[in-house]
Amino acid sequence: MSELATNLRVVATLGRRSVRQTFRRPQLLAPIVVFPTLILAIQTGGAGAAVELPGFPPVQSFLQFMLAGAMMQALMLAANSGGIALAVDIEIGFTDRLFAAPISRWSVVLGRLAGTAVLGVAAALWFLAVGLVFGAEIAGGVPGALVAIALTAAAAVAIGGIGASVALRTGRASIVQGLFPLVFVILFLSTAFFPEGLMVEPAQTIARYNPLSFVVEGIREPIVHGIEATELLQAVLAIAGIAAFSLLLSARALRHRLITGG
Amino acid sequence: MAAIEVEGLERSFDDVLAVRGVDLEVGEGEIYGFLGPNGAGKTTTVRMLTTLLRPTGGRATVAGHDVVAEARQVRASIGVALQEAALDPLMTGRELIRLQATLQGIPGAEGRRRADDLLERVDLAAAADRRVGTYSGGMQRRLDLAAALVHEPRVLFLDEPTTGLDPVSRKTIWEEVQALNDEGTTVFLTTQYLEEADRLADNVGIIDSGRIVAEGTPASLKAEIGHPHIRLQLEQGSIAEAEEICARIGPLLPPVDGSAVLVEVENGAADIPRVVRALDEAGIGVASLELVHPTLDDVFVAKTGYHLEKGEEGAEATP
Repeated sequence: MSELATNLRVVATLGRRSVRQTFRRPQLLAPIVVFPTLILAIQTGGAGAAVELPGFPPVQSFLQFMLAGAMMQALMLAANSGGIALAVDIEIGFTDRLFAAPISRWSVVLGRLAGTAVLGVAAALWFLAVGLVFGAEIAGGVPGALVAIALTAAAAVAIGGIGASVALRTGRASIVQGLFPLVFVILFLSTAFFPEGLMVEPAQTIARYNPLSFVVEGIREPIVHGIEATELLQAVLAIAGIAAFSLLLSARALRHRLITGG
Repeated sequence: MAAIEVEGLERSFDDVLAVRGVDLEVGEGEIYGFLGPNGAGKTTTVRMLTTLLRPTGGRATVAGHDVVAEARQVRASIGVALQEAALDPLMTGRELIRLQATLQGIPGAEGRRRADDLLERVDLAAAADRRVGTYSGGMQRRLDLAAALVHEPRVLFLDEPTTGLDPVSRKTIWEEVQALNDEGTTVFLTTQYLEEADRLADNVGIIDSGRIVAEGTPASLKAEIGHPHIRLQLEQGSIAEAEEICARIGPLLPPVDGSAVLVEVENGAADIPRVVRALDEAGIGVASLELVHPTLDDVFVAKTGYHLEKGEEGAEATP
């Protein structure tokens, strides 16, 4: 078996382990599915009339608008959970077992991110199903749903790299867990839950340039209106930018860990 | 060719030099016991030899490959079971061994076959599909050992494989290590247990404060120490007075627990009457007396000035 094939097989195996681990540890699964579902239910139940506000973009329903926000929240929490799980692996010495094997040490990080991508897909499927059950339309049909799912998975990997880099640098789950509140701050300063036009300054300006807004709109557009090239391209570029940044951070953290041993 | 060759190996952490120029050589098919107290530099040395930590000085080869320049070849040649079995409690035993087979590039069907064989070998077949978190300490160590063997490594690193285990589990691990060695595997074993090193190792290296302070076969190291000693428990009289009397007969050794007097005697059993008589004349009663032949602990004392004690929670150095 070639070196590349071995490493790809390791990434797939570690990705499977990561998903299995999440499903076997409810405290990792709950933030990915339960919290965003509850927030979706509370917001659509309590603020559904927001679509009547002047300046609210034309949508079929508030639930349809909110689906992208819920998917974004789920993927960010999946990314954070992936970072926590990696830090736990470091704490218990499990990563030593992996680093002592004749594989690329990047496979260890990529395996964890592959698991995060699968969880991103699962979360996207869950929220699309919830939306359909409660009457939301997917304007872009099956292709639109596939685009939304693919963007969710890609964004999960890109953002997961940030959690992975913190895990590798610190080796402490409690520190990665400390990023949890930041997820909500960054999300509320994007267009995940509110249209940009209804925000007040300075939140509006921050949301306009927040890369997550581009990702959210990329996921939202195929659900609300159908696949649009501009939104899709902007989302892909935003994800690529976040991925480049987070993987650079991870590379530096991995190198530091391998040289210093901690 | 030596399985492990180490020259002037060093590792510093900021200003602290944890390993200070270690030199050692382990022959093919040998069990090398690396003995020392907590913080002596054992684990740091093992982490460098297993490519988990880069040395800051010196060089080392394992299975003929340099641990820095040919790290991947080293990792393909070694099996590693590190201190405190690093196992995911959410995985099953079978999943762990299969994962280890994948990490070693073993094809799926072959990996599954080896996993079944190894689980059988370490007597975990019945528990193979249970989560590791439900295993006892001994079962976890056996699983860790099995995982380290999945690719039939030339050199096996075992970092304190029996620390914290009960005597029965410890004996099981010893038997397995001996069996592996009989099959030709070179074993680098770090331990705090003198009995473990004495029983298993062909050669022993004693490390203290990051330096090798003694090296040789257990027999040759004990022979270096030479003389047996008498261990006295007093019935009455002061220990200080007894030590003063015994010091006229032979050199005193540091006591293990402060309630006994240890005196080295040149003539072994022939010196016992002399010691008893001297104490009797001073009015010091002896509760018990034991002639102790040199052990690795005596070697340790002679080389470091303190004992390497064994206890339930592991060993501790006592200055």
